[in-house]
Amino acid sequence: MTDFGSVLFVFVLATFIGLGVIRRVSRLLYTPLMSLTNAISAIAVVGSIVVTGADYPRGIRILGAIALFASMTNIVSGFMITDRMLKMFKKQ
Amino acid sequence: MIPLIGELAAVLATALFIFALYWMNDPKTARRGVFAGVTGMTVAVLATWIQPEIVHHGWIFLAIVGGFAVGIPLSRVPLTAVPQRTALSHAFGGLAAGLVGTAEYFLWLGEHAAQLTPFRTGALVAEVILGFLTFTGSLMAAGKLQEVRWIPQRPVTYPGQNFVNLGVLGLAVGLGVVLVLYPTAAWSGQVFVAIAVLALTFGVLLIIPIGGADMPTVISILNAYAGLAAVAMGFVLDNKLLVTAGALDGSSGLILSIIMCRAMNRSFTNVLFGAFGKAQPALAAGGEQKVWKQESVEGAAQLLEQARSVVIIPGYGMAVAQAQHKVRELYDALTKRGVSVKFAIHPVAGRMPGHMNVLLAEANIPYSALVEMDEINPEMPQCDVALVLGANDVVNPAARYAKSTPIYGMPIIDADKAKTVLAVKRSKNPGFAGIDNELYVLDNTWMLFGDAKAVLGDLVKQFAGGGIH
Repeated sequence: MTDFGSVLFVFVLATFIGLGVIRRVSRLLYTPLMSLTNAISAIAVVGSIVVTGADYPRGIRILGAIALFASMTNIVSGFMITDRMLKMFKKQ
Repeated sequence: MIPLIGELAAVLATALFIFALYWMNDPKTARRGVFAGVTGMTVAVLATWIQPEIVHHGWIFLAIVGGFAVGIPLSRVPLTAVPQRTALSHAFGGLAAGLVGTAEYFLWLGEHAAQLTPFRTGALVAEVILGFLTFTGSLMAAGKLQEVRWIPQRPVTYPGQNFVNLGVLGLAVGLGVVLVLYPTAAWSGQVFVAIAVLALTFGVLLIIPIGGADMPTVISILNAYAGLAAVAMGFVLDNKLLVTAGALDGSSGLILSIIMCRAMNRSFTNVLFGAFGKAQPALAAGGEQKVWKQESVEGAAQLLEQARSVVIIPGYGMAVAQAQHKVRELYDALTKRGVSVKFAIHPVAGRMPGHMNVLLAEANIPYSALVEMDEINPEMPQCDVALVLGANDVVNPAARYAKSTPIYGMPIIDADKAKTVLAVKRSKNPGFAGIDNELYVLDNTWMLFGDAKAVLGDLVKQFAGGGIH
């Protein structure tokens, strides 16, 4: 139970940091912000790697591999399109 | 040693993700944010991959290659398709969370029943419900944005809709409670599958009654859900990195949702359950029927050239017509003649937060010329020409007083206060909310009918070619 307590603690603190940081994001950049946070939340890749790569039954690893593919797609396309958009804002 | 590397990597990745978002506060530093994000992600992936429990590498490798193969083309879509791409990536995020949740549950059910504590089962239920409803909901939203033929664009409503929707969600949550109480009974696996199916169904039902003008808000809400699904996964796996990254995503979605709702003067529940844009009672015909006054391209060019200050108000029509590059040409022609040109950006103009800014930036319009609604409105009375470009509801003065309309109370850009209004419009149909826009029949308003790109092209020709010197 102590573990869940500390995870909850981390969640609350991270939310406050998130709210504080996001509130200051330039209003010009809301579209790239969304693709960037999207790529970041694809951190679910970490969970997918464990499920895909550990010594688990085959069916379970297949689910993991699909999840890993989906997360990886988000990471690649999310970061790349964010950069593409931000490049446009930089050319001044 | 290796578990310690994992812990340290998680801390490093968290810090990098926070910096990534922090640098987004200014377009000058924003690209650094992408670099920080990529670094954080790479560190997290590698630190997980080298953990001793990872014994099969082939599938991981294949899935990563597949992710690159699909992700690279997805990042190269035209910028007008960015709302669809964003919705699609929320769908992928939801799918990943839902699948990992499903995999973990059946793994523990089969081999380590003791792992299914009430708390963890509850987190699993939350992960699967949030993940799967985000998956189908975002797919529907992406389909609507892409204008896929078999997904209706207009909101679809039927009697008792909210009752059905809440019933489906309620049933899923209720079964979730049952599962927390009996996580390992003989029938628990079936209950889990039923929850997943209900969540998938709920996602579809949730988006059916939602139309285009609500998309900026809905995309933001789905963004928050995708983040929360990752948080729930973090609770299930006892992984703090997942929790922090998910919380950052969730709070971003939450803040954007609040901003979008405020910009439409509506509440979350009203957006999700209100079915904006369904048949509305027509505005009571007040007195005589007003008529449109049409202006020729030559006349419009003359008006623009004689102006000292011009404010362009872009809307979804500009995106549909892909007119942003023609806007740039007009901007150049006018600024070269000493006319001050600004762009008034309404927070919900377009189909996602910041949509107009990105399109105009693509056309190389300096971002100092993009002005938010609250800052431009005090200047509107001094503006000589307001050029409304495919925007409609966000400039409708009825929002100020017409209580019977769905846009009542929504803050608008005060185009009507400009000395002259030029409105480019594709057809004489009312806007998304289905209400007539009286801006178009004001004494000082002149209409230019046609596709935004074509009209602007003709205007630019006037400046370049013979018409005006």
